[in-house]
Amino acid sequence: MKKHRWLVRIALLGAMALVAAACAEEEEGPAVAPGAVDCAAVEFGCVEVGAGEPIKIAAEQTLTTPDAPLGNDQVNGLKLAIDYLDGALDGVPGQLLGHDVELIEADETCSAEGGTAAATELAADPNLVSVFGTTCTSAALGTSDAILGAKGILLISGSNTNPNLTAEGVHNDFYLRTAHNDKIQGAIVAEYVYNELGARTAATINDESPYADALAAVFRSVFESLGGEITTFEAVQSTDTEFKPVLTSIAQGKPDVLYYPDFAQVCGLVTAQAREVAGLKDTILMGSDGCASADALELAGDALDGWYRSGPDTSAFKQGDFYQNEMLPAYLEQFGVEAPLSVFHAHIWDAFYIWKAALDQVAVQNDDGSLTIPRTALKDAVYATSGYQGLTGTITCTPLGDCATDVIIGIFLGPDWPEANPDATPVYSDVKSLQEVSEAYGI
Amino acid sequence: MAESKAEVPQVALRRFERLPTRKIVLVVLSVGIVLGVSLAAWKTLTLPAGERYSGAAWRDFVVLGVAQGAVYALIALGYSLVYGILQMINFAHGEVFMWGAFASYFFAAAYAESEFLDRNPIPALAILFATAIFVSVLVAVLLERIAYRPLRHAPRLVPLITALGASLFLRESAGRIFSAQTFHYPKPDLLDGTWKVLGIPMSRTSVIVLVVAIMAVALLTLFIRRTKTGKSMRAVAEDKEIASLMGIDVDRVIVTTFAVGGVLAGIAAVLFAITFEFVNFGMGFAPGIAAFTAAVLGGIGSIAGAALGGLVLGLLQSVGPPLLLTGINVPSPFQLKDVVTFTVLVLVLIFRPGGILGREEAEKV
Repeated sequence: MKKHRWLVRIALLGAMALVAAACAEEEEGPAVAPGAVDCAAVEFGCVEVGAGEPIKIAAEQTLTTPDAPLGNDQVNGLKLAIDYLDGALDGVPGQLLGHDVELIEADETCSAEGGTAAATELAADPNLVSVFGTTCTSAALGTSDAILGAKGILLISGSNTNPNLTAEGVHNDFYLRTAHNDKIQGAIVAEYVYNELGARTAATINDESPYADALAAVFRSVFESLGGEITTFEAVQSTDTEFKPVLTSIAQGKPDVLYYPDFAQVCGLVTAQAREVAGLKDTILMGSDGCASADALELAGDALDGWYRSGPDTSAFKQGDFYQNEMLPAYLEQFGVEAPLSVFHAHIWDAFYIWKAALDQVAVQNDDGSLTIPRTALKDAVYATSGYQGLTGTITCTPLGDCATDVIIGIFLGPDWPEANPDATPVYSDVKSLQEVSEAYGI
Repeated sequence: MAESKAEVPQVALRRFERLPTRKIVLVVLSVGIVLGVSLAAWKTLTLPAGERYSGAAWRDFVVLGVAQGAVYALIALGYSLVYGILQMINFAHGEVFMWGAFASYFFAAAYAESEFLDRNPIPALAILFATAIFVSVLVAVLLERIAYRPLRHAPRLVPLITALGASLFLRESAGRIFSAQTFHYPKPDLLDGTWKVLGIPMSRTSVIVLVVAIMAVALLTLFIRRTKTGKSMRAVAEDKEIASLMGIDVDRVIVTTFAVGGVLAGIAAVLFAITFEFVNFGMGFAPGIAAFTAAVLGGIGSIAGAALGGLVLGLLQSVGPPLLLTGINVPSPFQLKDVVTFTVLVLVLIFRPGGILGREEAEKV
C-alpha cells in the first residue's frame, strides 16, 4: 500500500514537470523575426523597444563619495548628448530613431563592491540596451565588465584609464572606452618631468585603486627608462586622512618630484599636508586626472597654487567652435555651475555618439513602430567605428576596446586648472598613441 | 627494583603532561616577538647615514602619532564608557562624531566668510566646540532612547545589529541632507604655522589637539571620580541590578553616559576638522573603526585603557612602519601600516585578552 502511494506521487510529479516544460517552451516560441534578424538564433538576443516606448540606457557612474564630481560630470554629459539628438542644445531632449531615450542612473561608488551591485541591478533588466560607465576602474575591472558582458550589454566608459581593461586576455568583448589608456598618460608625464622639469629623482604614492596603481607603475617604469631614479614608491588607503608620516618618510629621500595619481580625498589631502612638511619644500607636487574634481580642490584649499596635475588636454578641442560656443555654455546653464565638474563630459559625449552611429546602422525599424536591436550586431558596429571625428579627437576603436587613438595629455599648473577656471590652458601638452608608447618603452 | 624501572617512564610521562604547556608556548612566543621586534628596530636605527631617518624625522613621527592618537582616544572613550555600562559596542559612535563635525562646519563656514574666525579666533572656536558638542550629545541621546533602550533586555546580538543599522541610517541621512560633497573646513589663521613646545617645533593644530584632549580626559576623570553622577556611573558599570537596588536611577545614568560620550565625540569632531580641514558625510567611518580598535587595544570598559589605547594606536600607525619595516628592507613600509597595527592588536590580545589595561573578567560560573 505504501509503495503504491509513493509511486503515484512520483508519477504525478513527473507529469507536472513534463507539462511545465512543454508550457515553458510554448511561451518562448519562435521570436517574431522582423527584418533580417532572427533574435532567437543570435547570441545574446535582441532588445525589443515597443512603439512609443523609450530606448533605455544607463549611466553607471560615481554619484556619491568625494569622487562624485567625476561621475556627475559624465551624467551631465550624457544629458547634454541626449538633448542634442534634435540638433539643438535647448534643454529639450531629442529622440533617437523615433523613440525617447530614458537615462537610468546607477551609483558605483568608485569601488568594486559598488560596481558589482550596480551592474547586477542593471543586468537584470532585459530592456536595457547599453551602459555608459564606469567612472572608476575599480568598479569596472573584473566586475561590471564581466557582469554586463555576460548578458551582452555594452559598457562604454568615458573615464576608465587602467591599461588592464583593454589588455589581451583580460579584456571583455562588450567593453570599450573613449578615455585614454594610462600607458599614454604615464609616459607623457614621465617625459615632461624628466625633460622639461629636469627632475632626476621621483617618488610616487598610489592609493591601492587599480587606476592609481597602474598609472604610478607606468610612470615609474618610463621614468627609470629615461634614466631617472625612483626614491620611494608608497601606497596608502583611499580612506586615510593622515599622510604626514608617509610624507615625512618620503621627504627623507629628497625627491625632485612627488607624483600621486590618486583619487580626490588622497590627492587633496596629500597636497594640503605636503605644504606643511619641511622636507618637501622644494619637491614638485603632481597629481593626475583622478584629482580633477571639485572635492579635491576643496580639500587642497590654498595649496592649489603651484600644484601640478596631468590629465586629458581638452583645451585643444575646447577652442573648437562647437564646444566653446554651444556645449560649454549649455553645460554651465543647464546645470547651474561656474565651471564643469570635471573633464570627462566630453569623452562620454563621444561615447554616446559613436554608440548612436552604431545603433543607427543595426537597429531594425518594424512596421508596427517598434524597434529591434540585436546586441551582438550593435557591439560589432561600435567596434567598427573608424576615423570618427569626436570632441576629444579622432576615434578609431581597436579590437581590444581602446577607442581614443591619438591622446592629448596636458599638464596643468594650479590655480589654472579646468575645474577652477573653464578657460584654463595647460603649461605643457603632448600627443601620443598607444603604439608609439609601446614601441618606445616596451610597455 | 624491577618495579621502579617500569615506573620511571610512566612518572616521566605524567610529569610531562602536567607541564604548563600554554605558559611555555606563551613565553617562547613572547621572547621570540620581543627579539624579532628589537632586531627590526635596531636594524632601522643602525642603517648607514644616508639611508637612516634623521632625528627630526623621528621626532615628527612621534608628534604626529601622539596628535592622531589624541583624537582616537577621545572617540575611543565614548566606546569604552558605553561598553562599561551596557556591555555593548555602540557602532554608531563614529556617526555621532560626524554629525557634530557637520554642525560646527556651518558655523565655521559662516565665521570664515565674515572673518569673525580670524579676528576673534578664541570665541569663534569656543562656539564651534559648543555647537559640535551640542549636536553630538543630541544624536547620542536620541540613539540611546530610540535604538538601544527598547532592546535593553534583548540577547546581545540584537543591539549589535541595531547599532550597525543606526550607523548606516545616520551616515546615509547625512549624505542626503548635506549632499555627498566634501566641504572645506576653515581653520583660523592663528593656527597656521608652528609653535615651539619644549624646544620641539610642532604644528599649532597638533598643540591645540593635545592640549584640548588632555584637558578633556582630565575633566572626565575628575567627573567620574569626584562627582555623585560619576560615582553612580561607576556603580552601574560594576553591577546594574545592585546599583538600582541602592536607589540609583539606572536609566538616567545610562543617558548621562551616552551624553558624556557625545561631548567627547563633539570635541574630537572639531579637533579632527581643524586638523584635516574637511568634513564629508563618510568621515565618521574610518575614525570610528580606528577608535574602536584603540578601545579594545587599551582595554575596553576602562577610561585609562581607552586613552592609552588611542595613544598607542596613533603611535603604531605613525612610528610602527618606519621603525619596524625599513630596517628589514620592506619597499613601501606605510602600505603595511594597518598590517603592523592589527598584528600588534592580535598579539596584545593573545597575551592580555582584556586589552593592555583590561580587567580579565572572571567567568561567572
